[in-house]
Amino acid sequence: MAAVASLADPPRIALVGNPNCGKTALFNALTGARQKVANYPGVTVERKLGHFVSPAGARVQVLDLPGTYSLRARSPDEEVTRDVVLGRFEHEPMPDVLVCVADATNLRLHLRLVIELKKLGRPLILALNMMDVAEKRGCRIDAAALLAALGVAVVPTVAIRRGGIAGLLAQIDRTVAVMGPRGAAAPCGWTEPSAHDLRGYHREVEAVLRDALRDAGRPSLATRRIDAVLLHPAVGLLFLLTVLFLMFQAVFAWAEAPMELIDAGLSALQAAVAAVMPDGALKSLITDGIIAGVGSVVIFLPQILVLFFFIQILEDSGYMARAAFLLDRLMGGVGLHGRAFIPLLSSFACAVPGIMAARTIENRADRLATIMIAPLMTCAARLPVYTLLIAAFVPDGTVMGGMIGLQGLVMFTLYAAGILSALAVAFVLKRTVFKGAREPLLMELPAYRLPSPRNVLIGLLERARIFLARAGTIIFAIMVLLWFLASFPVPPEGAAGPAIDHSFAGMLGHALAPLLAPIGFTWQIAIALVPGIAAREVAVAALGTVYALSESGDALESSLAGVLAADWSLPTALALLAWFVFAPQCVSTLSVVKRETNSWFWTAVMIAYMTLLAYAAAFVTFHVSTALLGG
Amino acid sequence: MPDPQSADPRPRLGSLRKGQRAEVLDLDEAAVSSPLPPGELERRMIEMGLVEGARVELLHEGFPGRDPIAVRINDHTVALRRAEARAVLVAPLD
Repeated sequence: MAAVASLADPPRIALVGNPNCGKTALFNALTGARQKVANYPGVTVERKLGHFVSPAGARVQVLDLPGTYSLRARSPDEEVTRDVVLGRFEHEPMPDVLVCVADATNLRLHLRLVIELKKLGRPLILALNMMDVAEKRGCRIDAAALLAALGVAVVPTVAIRRGGIAGLLAQIDRTVAVMGPRGAAAPCGWTEPSAHDLRGYHREVEAVLRDALRDAGRPSLATRRIDAVLLHPAVGLLFLLTVLFLMFQAVFAWAEAPMELIDAGLSALQAAVAAVMPDGALKSLITDGIIAGVGSVVIFLPQILVLFFFIQILEDSGYMARAAFLLDRLMGGVGLHGRAFIPLLSSFACAVPGIMAARTIENRADRLATIMIAPLMTCAARLPVYTLLIAAFVPDGTVMGGMIGLQGLVMFTLYAAGILSALAVAFVLKRTVFKGAREPLLMELPAYRLPSPRNVLIGLLERARIFLARAGTIIFAIMVLLWFLASFPVPPEGAAGPAIDHSFAGMLGHALAPLLAPIGFTWQIAIALVPGIAAREVAVAALGTVYALSESGDALESSLAGVLAADWSLPTALALLAWFVFAPQCVSTLSVVKRETNSWFWTAVMIAYMTLLAYAAAFVTFHVSTALLGG
Repeated sequence: MPDPQSADPRPRLGSLRKGQRAEVLDLDEAAVSSPLPPGELERRMIEMGLVEGARVELLHEGFPGRDPIAVRINDHTVALRRAEARAVLVAPLD
């Protein structure tokens, strides 16, 4: 890049720091950008770029780099941090200024990275974050002495409450003003530190702390006391199971009212449009194709938000790392790393972020095994299918003296089936293709923190935005296409049977039907499964379209669940549920698997094994339940 | 699994009991088997604060087999497995 051209670019700063230093909160405070703030090491795995206008009027770009304990990268996300900082990253120009974020309550650990970064000789600012907590514990840090000892500008901040940001902005302005010509920034000379070098850094940190740490303060006992309960072998595991169980019950209970509201709104909209529009293809497209199709997906927004709410709270509070601790040995039984728990739990929301979170697993075999089983976790997109079928076929009763809802229990069973099969697949994989010892566990257990309502809200709004954007684009397009396939060609005059029988969709469904008949699927299901490959939740919308168009006017008004209960046998419904436990992948999951494994081979393996499992599970379920129920 | 250090009586982080405090004396990576390249485990441990002179305390134990363990290292807490914690030579303080 020419020096002249780069002078016109805005100055670029990069945030670097250990996991759990509050780096992402600082990024939010600087840019107002919406993104997840979490407490678990390694959640920030994506490139996060934002910008702000400094007090001096400069437009400054900020890059939030993945958290790391050292520039010696151990995992793909730490490699990103190393390569950007060193100016080796091909897609990212070298940052002009590094802002190293350190947890003021844990300087001994966090300053080592500052020492390492200082050796690069680049403009560097140290943000002493969580100063409020440090002061509360009686910890006194002499910022002037720290500046003198380190030779680095020091700014105290409280990122979670946006404190100290003005001071940081002013310091960024000063540093940008005095930095050298930008075009001259050559990639840094850096060599991987040896164990001897690392010990040297530690001694430097100790020397700095002797000068600058006036009072170490009292260690917080709260986290320790909570952990005495939550990490207890029996009580802790029971608590973890209770949390997960409550989470799935809440997905039903809390989401019920808003879902009914959305449903009523959609019906009203459909009726209003139907009343004013003349009969014809356009009316059919809008009411049957768009409102019914997109609406049947949008209605699941409340459930998805409840699920994300729980995951966000677990992450932000610091409990996720505890769950990984509790499950390390148990997951080790099938050869998985305790750290695989985070990608797997995220996959309950969506396999895409889950598979990306697997980047924090250092060992490639461990990582591949985790990626291969992540889609077996029941993602939010499968919820619509489960909910619909459960509502249609499982009575709304209670068991165990009214304590547990029967529908929730079935849902829990489906989730459990996904988990157990994932463990079984992992067990087989680790004993065949991914042999070898487990990667060592070295994981920080961060102090518990009360999640900030603002950050949780930002996270949820972002989830809602992504979901609705998806419903408005991909799902909308698929619904229109599907409506077209289901509506044309129109049946000949006086033809018998529903109109859809004569359409392209009907032909496709009938063509696939013989293949799916052994597992009890009707031709309507066959049609719905095709768009379901693009996005799983579309399968429900597709069923809505298929049935709305193939039934008479009265059936349109009754709910889809009622239609299905009347049209399908129980074994068929159970077989479809079993199919969706192993559901063939949606396109976005497969593309992220390809990107993260960098291999078409593993992507193909995933498609093959999941389709096979889904077919086998549906086959067994259909025939066993048919035999048990007497056909 | 053959363990060349089984006769070594020196106390290690991996054999501490819950509640015990100790000071780190040395890192002895050769005492454990790991899939990592030589020297890597030692460097990771140093990066997590397990370095000569660090004060450690075994806070919590996992299940089953009292494994993994949560260890207080100066001002922070780290989870690791007993097998790897055997690489840390310690002097118990009480």
